Amino acid sequence: MTTATVSSNISPTMTPSLNAMFRFQWEKAQNCFVLLFPEGMVKLNGGAGEIMQLIDGEKNLQQITDTLHTKFPDAGDLTTDVNEFISTAIEKKWLYHD
Amino acid sequence: MSLSAPQLKKNGFIMTNQAVTDTSKQTSTALGPPLWLLAELTYDCPLHCPYCSNPTQLSEAKNELTTEQWCQVFSQAREMGAVQLGFSGGEPLLRKDLEVLVKYARELGFYTNLITSGIGLTEKRIARLKEAGLDHIQISFQGADPELNDAIAGRGNAYQQKFNMAKSVKAQGYPMVLNFVLSKQNLEQIEDIMRLSCELEADYVELATAQYYGWAYQNRDHLLPTRQQLVEAERLVNEFRDEQQDKGPHFIFVTPDYFETRPKACMNGWATTFLTVTPDGSALPCHSAKMLPLTFPNVKDKSISDIWQQDFSFDYFRGDDWMPQPCKGCDEKEKDFGGCRCQAFMMTGDMHKTDPVCSKSEDHYLIQQAIASATNPTKPIVKRVNQSAMKRAKDTSLDIARIKI
Repeated sequence: MTTATVSSNISPTMTPSLNAMFRFQWEKAQNCFVLLFPEGMVKLNGGAGEIMQLIDGEKNLQQITDTLHTKFPDAGDLTTDVNEFISTAIEKKWLYHD
Repeated sequence: MSLSAPQLKKNGFIMTNQAVTDTSKQTSTALGPPLWLLAELTYDCPLHCPYCSNPTQLSEAKNELTTEQWCQVFSQAREMGAVQLGFSGGEPLLRKDLEVLVKYARELGFYTNLITSGIGLTEKRIARLKEAGLDHIQISFQGADPELNDAIAGRGNAYQQKFNMAKSVKAQGYPMVLNFVLSKQNLEQIEDIMRLSCELEADYVELATAQYYGWAYQNRDHLLPTRQQLVEAERLVNEFRDEQQDKGPHFIFVTPDYFETRPKACMNGWATTFLTVTPDGSALPCHSAKMLPLTFPNVKDKSISDIWQQDFSFDYFRGDDWMPQPCKGCDEKEKDFGGCRCQAFMMTGDMHKTDPVCSKSEDHYLIQQAIASATNPTKPIVKRVNQSAMKRAKDTSLDIARIKI
């Protein structure tokens, strides 16, 4: 997630949820989290996998960022990383938001 | 049979983007798992589509793998890292144990795809499959209206059945892919096909021009469109996409390789990604490979990992040591792996040769001859027969091209 631009409608109170088209799971053979969809697979990098694990349709972005901060206290401020990923994921239709 | 092509879908098996780590482009030095397992449960089928890519010599139903044998295949493949599982055929719904197989595979962690004609589906069965854990249903259509659809499918009321079941699949919350195998029999309906796909709320729509294997190879003169027809169809698809404005189905237009100057990267490279198991348990690197003069292993005799990692036939076309010229010295060999081995074999009689689709191939004239020959078919069209009908049927010829076009 290097060049994604964060769209202006990303806000801390937004609650993302997984598009039912996709299934999210850990793939042992790939050693990463993946999104599965009809006849396809997206392999997620470590950061994306950490964020996706927290998406449950209940937590908002602020809560997701806070949870990650607790889990990775040395990682610094993760707001930009989370926002960039969420923005990409919405654009790719992996996620919906309220 | 709704699967049209032994090639990668244009939506791609592995996607790359910014949120994704480097995808595992497999090299000949590091053999990855068979990520995609296609389980051809039966060759029996209620439809008679002339574009079917099943072998024209269909095996007997009595040789089909049992429930237990299939479950063993799924366990072994999943253990190696297979993740996508397609239930195909023939018509997989004809297997009464389909729900059992889906449940078993889903519990192993497979993403389960049902690739069906829709014939034999009911609302109740869609619900039972959902309960078993089925992830996605792909329904094939032969045309955009009952008249043409049922003429190509060789079965009355097929269209209405498909239409009703597609509605129910969406109503019951599945992701749905619609597959239209395009040929000159239905290409003129392309706009109606796209409108129908919108009406049915498909998520993805494969507008896949027929690939010429099995029955389709025999019927090629009746199926292969002209370049002009294709250009026009693609223009209409692009126009439709522009008007969609990011709403409605995602349309995937697959042009036939006969009009290309470079071959397709068939199966993403021989035995790198795909594994097909046929109804009688033959393991193949693609679902047409049985035609090749190689001895393929059977899952009744060998484990999936032995087959994938050790078997002579699976290793045979891996890498580029096997390549003759012009492939060997070609700087594009990493892109297309020399094209399709089955196509090379069918057209030239030598499975090692460069895919004749390639303009560098000395056999490329065969493709041009085929295109020319398709403008004036001389043999009658042959309808795909199913096993039960084969015993009774005497005359399988039927010139359905005359019905509509």
